[in-house]
Amino acid sequence: MSGVGKRRRPNPSGAVHARVEVEPSLEPNRTWHRGRGHPTSEGPATGVTTGDAPAGPLVRPYTMTKGRTRPTEQGGRLDLITIVMASPGHGRCPRDPERQAILDLCHRPISVAEISARLDIPLTVIRVLLGDLLAEGDVHTRAATPMTKLPEKKVLQAVLDGIRRL
Amino acid sequence: MASADSENPQDPQTAIPHAVKIIVAGGFGAGKTTLVGAVSEITPLSTEEVMTEAGYGIDDLAGVENKTTTTVALDFGRITINPDIVLYLFGAPGQDRFWFMWDELAEGALGAVVLADTRRLDTCFHAVDFFERRGVPFVVAVNRFEGATAYEMAEVREALDLSDGVPVLMVDARERESAKETLVCLVTHVIESRRPAMSG
Repeated sequence: MSGVGKRRRPNPSGAVHARVEVEPSLEPNRTWHRGRGHPTSEGPATGVTTGDAPAGPLVRPYTMTKGRTRPTEQGGRLDLITIVMASPGHGRCPRDPERQAILDLCHRPISVAEISARLDIPLTVIRVLLGDLLAEGDVHTRAATPMTKLPEKKVLQAVLDGIRRL
Repeated sequence: MASADSENPQDPQTAIPHAVKIIVAGGFGAGKTTLVGAVSEITPLSTEEVMTEAGYGIDDLAGVENKTTTTVALDFGRITINPDIVLYLFGAPGQDRFWFMWDELAEGALGAVVLADTRRLDTCFHAVDFFERRGVPFVVAVNRFEGATAYEMAEVREALDLSDGVPVLMVDARERESAKETLVCLVTHVIESRRPAMSG
């Protein structure tokens, strides 16, 4: 294979850690558009329905969390694909717009990643907000399955059958 | 005020499906989101993770103006397998500067598809290294790009120094059937790779 180097197997003990440092000035001045999602890296997310919230500049993300970057204990267990659902009878108290928007999405089961994408709020922020909602009992998740546990055989078989049916 | 279709309050968890994920990894422009979009029931969505240099060690943003941040966008799609199982497909950003996302992505993942672009095969080396080291089962899908030299699968296998058990297949990430075939290949591989451990 000319022009292409061969992969060399790495040292098994090789560290898996590299993090780029981006100059703060390179961070674009984001304009947040709520309820629209934002384009994927390969084009606009046309299937995302426009929310009822007006598009326009929104507050800086961590303002929503009062400066917190880490969720409460409950929020810390939230994986990208943890499915969240609004608890029955929630929402009697008035909420700030972000929490209300999350609750509105959670009328049906929805993953953490999808909440983040549909509200166009970074995952870190969504985790903090969801942690609060969990702590207050406004939302709940499926009984915690340790994420380190691999899917069971019957789940794998169901996934295989499901993909074949597509 | 409770609507008729709301879940049973006595057992609210029955209404919440189980979610599993597959990672689609590869270099920039290898066709990850295209492949995800070819089989996803929703137009791929994008979510962002913002990482400050200070990372998870701190609890607030005091002094964060002096910290640097990295933003990484994750594209993903969804396939509802049945009322109890939802499959998410995540496109993993290929650049090694996004390693911090990979650990979380890999945790509990069913398996991974490494999309290889034969014009820039070295862009998927990181992904192969990572999944090997983490013990995440994966297949290598060689995306057919126009204008790319046709390589034999054996050549790709050789260049990536893959173990014998790792399946390699040719795909067209734009084609739904081809994307389906890739996922079927992966899940079959995952099931087979577990078999020795289970019988032993």
